[in-house]
Amino acid sequence: MAGVSDSVSAQMGMHTEPLTGRDIKTKFTLRNEGGFAYHFARDVDFNRRAEIDCADLEPSEINRKIRELMDSGHGSIVLRNPGAKHSLIVGILNRMNFIVEGSLGYFGCGLLDGPNVRISGRVGWSFGENMMAGVCVIEKNAGSTFGAALRGGDLVCKGSVGSRTGIDQKGGTIIVGGDTGAFSGFMMQRGRIVVCGNAGKNLGDSMYDGTIYVGGEIQDLGVDAVPAELTDLDRAWLARKLTMYELLPEKGVDHFTKIVAGKQLWSYDNLEPTERKLVL
Amino acid sequence: MAGSGYKGANIDDVDHFLKGGGIDSEREQAIGQHIGYRYDVNLLPDYDRLTPFLRDYIEFMGWDDLNWLEDVHMGYDDGQAAVFDRNINGWVAIPEDMELPDNQQDRDMIAREMLIKFQMSPDHPMVDLYKAYRKF
Repeated sequence: MAGVSDSVSAQMGMHTEPLTGRDIKTKFTLRNEGGFAYHFARDVDFNRRAEIDCADLEPSEINRKIRELMDSGHGSIVLRNPGAKHSLIVGILNRMNFIVEGSLGYFGCGLLDGPNVRISGRVGWSFGENMMAGVCVIEKNAGSTFGAALRGGDLVCKGSVGSRTGIDQKGGTIIVGGDTGAFSGFMMQRGRIVVCGNAGKNLGDSMYDGTIYVGGEIQDLGVDAVPAELTDLDRAWLARKLTMYELLPEKGVDHFTKIVAGKQLWSYDNLEPTERKLVL
Repeated sequence: MAGSGYKGANIDDVDHFLKGGGIDSEREQAIGQHIGYRYDVNLLPDYDRLTPFLRDYIEFMGWDDLNWLEDVHMGYDDGQAAVFDRNINGWVAIPEDMELPDNQQDRDMIAREMLIKFQMSPDHPMVDLYKAYRKF
């Protein structure tokens, strides 16, 4: 492999520092082998179920009670009367089942890494923000910035969602059973957005990578969002995923439009390594 | 086709980045450094190729599919097969003596399995980070 010292720019004296493109490099060894959960995760049993009546509790009290129940081994927790309170079920780095009987407010289910959440009502702005892993299913509608900066897992809204769905998405899958608003997939970097209904203006604007599938009409595409061919792998994946959440249209998935990044905005190739380091 | 693969070159050989480090374009040759993803981040998993370990992991978590692991692929760092661990923001190199399958889908499944084994290990750096920085 050619080294930096062999490069033209190095010969010109522009820099001497090698770029590795990484902060840490670790060698995997079998000695590292562990189980299926984080070493620090709580040992919970899905069959141990508890309920919290949220009616007279502040959000911080509800979140504290959730952790106390997890500490005692409860793997399934039901939230009754959530009253659209904000910031509930956040920062859970554990396998868990949550059932929410009602609606959540702003910033619900953020920073999750593992749980399965089912919500019978609606959710407010920025639901599932920065989720790392797990499954969240909302039976009704969701507000704007649904799945903002999502990094992994499945975020499913069976109704319609507001604008900027999946803004800055870095991974994972967002599925919308109904319509999505303007600027969905804005600055998306990877992952997948599936919209069974229609998409609003500027879909996928400035997207860097990732894939958007739309079953209905697209009002218009944003900068550098371009149509692409729906492959057999796409069809199989879409059918599988939508069936999982009971959202598979009767006519199948062949009518879906696939949108990807045109990659005309990719600019790192045009930067000198020293410049690139500054922006990274 | 836009968005379907690695930017910078058409990669037909699954061992491309193991053989040459991936310095292909004129620009890459000028700076002596490969730039860009070393794999197709949009490649969807082929569920027919799930490993038994991954099936057990999915069942343990209570999921119906690979979930967040759908975004995990085998990449290539410094000419060596590796998987990117988002929890340490770095590459974890696959053992050099491990024989790699001849297709990217099977390689991705291996990468997913090894990443789980690494992340769930008591030796993982996140164990110490959790102790030091946990908020609640």
